[in-house]
Amino acid sequence: MNGNDTAISVNELTKKFGEFTAVDHITFSVRKGEIFGFLGANGAGKTTAMRMLCGLSYPTSGSGTVAGFDIASQGEQIKRRIGYMSQKFSLYGDLTVEQNLRLFSTIYGLSDAEIKSRMAAVMEELDMSGMARSRVKSLPVGWRQKLAFAAATIHNPDIVFLDEPTGGVDPVTRRRFWELIYRASSRGMTVFVTTHYLDEAEYCNRISIMVDGRIAALDSPAALKQKFHAETMDAVFRIVAQDAQRSE
Amino acid sequence: MQLRTLGALLRKELVMILHNPLIPRMIVALPVMALLVVPLVATFDVKNVEVAVVDDDHSQLSRRIVADLDASPELVVTALPPTHAEAIQLVEQGRADVVLSIPLHFERNLSEIDVEANGVNATKGMLGMQYVVSSVGSTLRNVAREQGRDVAADDASVIYRFNPTLNFRHYMVPALMVFLVIMICGFLPALNLVSEKETGTIEAMNVTPVSRTVFVLSKLIPFWVTGLIVVTVGIIIGSTVYGVVPAGSLGGIYLATVLLSLVMSGLGVTIANKSATMLQTIFVMFAFIIIFQLMGGLLTPIGSMPEWAQCLTYAIPPRFFNEIMRAIYLKGAGFGELRSQFLWLTVYAILAVTCAAVTYKKRSGG
Amino acid sequence: MRCFASWLRTHNALNNMNIIGSLIKKEAIHIVRDRRTMIVTLFIPLVLLLLFGFAISTEVNNVRVVVVTDRHTDTSRAVSQALAVNSYFSFMGMAPEAMVEPLLKEGKIDAALILRHDGASMPHQVIVDASNPSVAQAAVAYINSVVSPQVSTAPAIITRTLYNPQMKSSYNFVPGIMGMIFILICAIMTSVSIVREKETGTMDLLLVSPVRPGAVIVGKLVPYFLLSCVILAVMLTMAYTVLGIPLSGSVVSVVGVSLLYIVLSLSIGLMVSAMVDTQVSALIISAMLFLVPVIMLSGMIFPVDNMPVALQGVSCIIPARWYISAMRKLMIQQIPVTEVATEVGVMVLMTVVLLGVQLRKFSSKK
Repeated sequence: MNGNDTAISVNELTKKFGEFTAVDHITFSVRKGEIFGFLGANGAGKTTAMRMLCGLSYPTSGSGTVAGFDIASQGEQIKRRIGYMSQKFSLYGDLTVEQNLRLFSTIYGLSDAEIKSRMAAVMEELDMSGMARSRVKSLPVGWRQKLAFAAATIHNPDIVFLDEPTGGVDPVTRRRFWELIYRASSRGMTVFVTTHYLDEAEYCNRISIMVDGRIAALDSPAALKQKFHAETMDAVFRIVAQDAQRSE
Repeated sequence: MQLRTLGALLRKELVMILHNPLIPRMIVALPVMALLVVPLVATFDVKNVEVAVVDDDHSQLSRRIVADLDASPELVVTALPPTHAEAIQLVEQGRADVVLSIPLHFERNLSEIDVEANGVNATKGMLGMQYVVSSVGSTLRNVAREQGRDVAADDASVIYRFNPTLNFRHYMVPALMVFLVIMICGFLPALNLVSEKETGTIEAMNVTPVSRTVFVLSKLIPFWVTGLIVVTVGIIIGSTVYGVVPAGSLGGIYLATVLLSLVMSGLGVTIANKSATMLQTIFVMFAFIIIFQLMGGLLTPIGSMPEWAQCLTYAIPPRFFNEIMRAIYLKGAGFGELRSQFLWLTVYAILAVTCAAVTYKKRSGG
Repeated sequence: MRCFASWLRTHNALNNMNIIGSLIKKEAIHIVRDRRTMIVTLFIPLVLLLLFGFAISTEVNNVRVVVVTDRHTDTSRAVSQALAVNSYFSFMGMAPEAMVEPLLKEGKIDAALILRHDGASMPHQVIVDASNPSVAQAAVAYINSVVSPQVSTAPAIITRTLYNPQMKSSYNFVPGIMGMIFILICAIMTSVSIVREKETGTMDLLLVSPVRPGAVIVGKLVPYFLLSCVILAVMLTMAYTVLGIPLSGSVVSVVGVSLLYIVLSLSIGLMVSAMVDTQVSALIISAMLFLVPVIMLSGMIFPVDNMPVALQGVSCIIPARWYISAMRKLMIQQIPVTEVATEVGVMVLMTVVLLGVQLRKFSSKK
């Protein structure tokens, strides 16, 4: 894998909160255009690792680059090239769909003309054309999640980070959401997604399974199943995570 | 680029403030209510001091003293108890504030006369006592003069400058505006920022390239405007309802308002940056605000404080705003006379905004 | 939380006392863990007591005065001397008449005493900064009391203060501070913490569990009650030791009435939490409806007697007013508890009504 091909590369990345090691020397890299899954139980360290990659939290030790920038020292440059959708719904509930999208486009420095065309495209894609003026607070959860994805990708970032994007939605909505992810990926966007839904792991190009802050396994779903002689991802996960100490 | 972002963020704040069920109403209703109600309540004017007179002399002079007491505007003679013990009982029941005891043969000997005041409410006791003393004193002087003895000087002629009618409202209206600016410009930005923390929207901002100065400014600017609205409402109500019109320039008042709102909103944002929950923010902010109000000379004169406490008030930014407001409103003072107050406020404003920007961390840990 | 709810479900057979016990423990842990809020809740009453005790007072002293005279005589020297040694004044020296106006305007002095020699008698005039009418009135009264004995020979008027011999306004403030602090802790903290559970959804978790709603409420209230008791103890100790407020005779009744007021404030907190859905609204409502009126209308700073009758009526529905009035009688006047029967009666009535309504409301939700 040569450097130009790499979207994210991480070496011995560690995060400690006092005595507690949330992320324990993880090393991996993600290719451009890949859908990379971060799988693990609650508390395994997925969100903490992702927050370091997005420049929301400083690593305790280790190094890494995202979109070619150093995560320790070039956080602000990274932020221009990525999109992030947090676990908690984080659009402004009192603003309308349009106002939210416009706000984020302006922050990312899109020109007025770009904003106009991007917004039209996004509304079309999300099938939300009639809702531009609805307040986000009043939308059903599924719509809000799609909208949050749209806000995170409105500036066509190199990489988009999705932290448990499908938490709390029904299976049909989840499928639709994954269609959005595929579409973004097909345009060349790298997708880094955490999840604890094992069926979603199947949709990823490669997945890494985190257990107690470490990466316990990393490969494509098919290769993992073969390696652990398992039929499903569910079985793979059970084998890999059987020694887990932490859980909620 | 930065300006455009700031514009977009400000638009967002505006929509959110206007859409909040309480905040826009509060910005208008609070000053209106406060200015309509508080000047009626907040007065140290001591009226209706209730005096109980124990008259053991029953002379012409003692009756004249009682009549003069009752005739003076601040005093009411409510009881003439036969014994001192009964008078004290009246005080304990809250039915008398001051007890005047005229001893037997007072008219003949012109001996001592006793005035006792209920010290529970120090202000009322103190002033009530002074009123009684001066009323009795003038009666005695008049009597002396009529009898051709010792024509003593009268009490002084007094010129009350800047507030000739001694109207307490002239004093309260500017003080109230200080109070409102402190409350509104302190609490609202703090609440606003910490609620973004609690809902998680701040995370979405932190992961964008918005610079922290721009973000913090977008949290401060709406509250300068709020401060100006509050003061404008105050000026309008002050002049229409109470006829209290600023004697000095409006420009000075507005400039001082912007400076104080900067101080307060900067402080609010700093505290919110450092707090995890809303309760924490509010309690810490409350501690500051209560100290600001008490030490800022709003309710009690700074001049009455001991030396060390007077020095401490230089660390209380509203002190300077209060002085500016009062001087402009009542004395018609200009920038020349208030140079040092404006300077202090400016220093505090710069300090507060810097703190707000520095303590705002887009990234945690390190 | 989730584990806790399932624990509750499986241990359904356990008696209610046990459940309440663990709810209390949970809430207590929440309170203690938020160290900053804890510190602030202890810090505010202490700082307030110290400020009111030693720094600020509504009494007027350190009146800055200059003397203007056309001729230096024995009398003018005697008057200057008397001003210089009197602790109510800061004697600023002699000044030419032309300087008086600018000094007043810049706020460098509060009053000027002008002595003119006119034959044998010496009429005097006082020019005073009346921006704050109460300071002005007090200053004039002080000046008269200093000047008159120097120029006349009336009989002596002996003045004395009952109950509060040093006329310390701190005596007056202690009950007020207590009235405010318990509203802050009981009403605001409780309502915010309940509403927070509503916001995060943990309240529903408790309500769907087999715990009785009464138990949930008790579990919420007890820790705040205990916290208030700690603060009550701290404040009474401080008031007794540092401020020297006599408590000896009345300690039992003071504590008893305070506990009643704490329960009443807790019921207010419950009422607020039932009215609103967000922490911000809970804060704004408790602050606007309870805290500000406590400060303005309860007589903590401004005497109730001086308010217009309508507002005196309004102040009757403010719990703190009754508490403060009872505390003043018990702590400062040291009169027996039977004298505060009205106050206690009103507070009991308020508590019963509020608690009754809240419990019923809460139960019907289940």
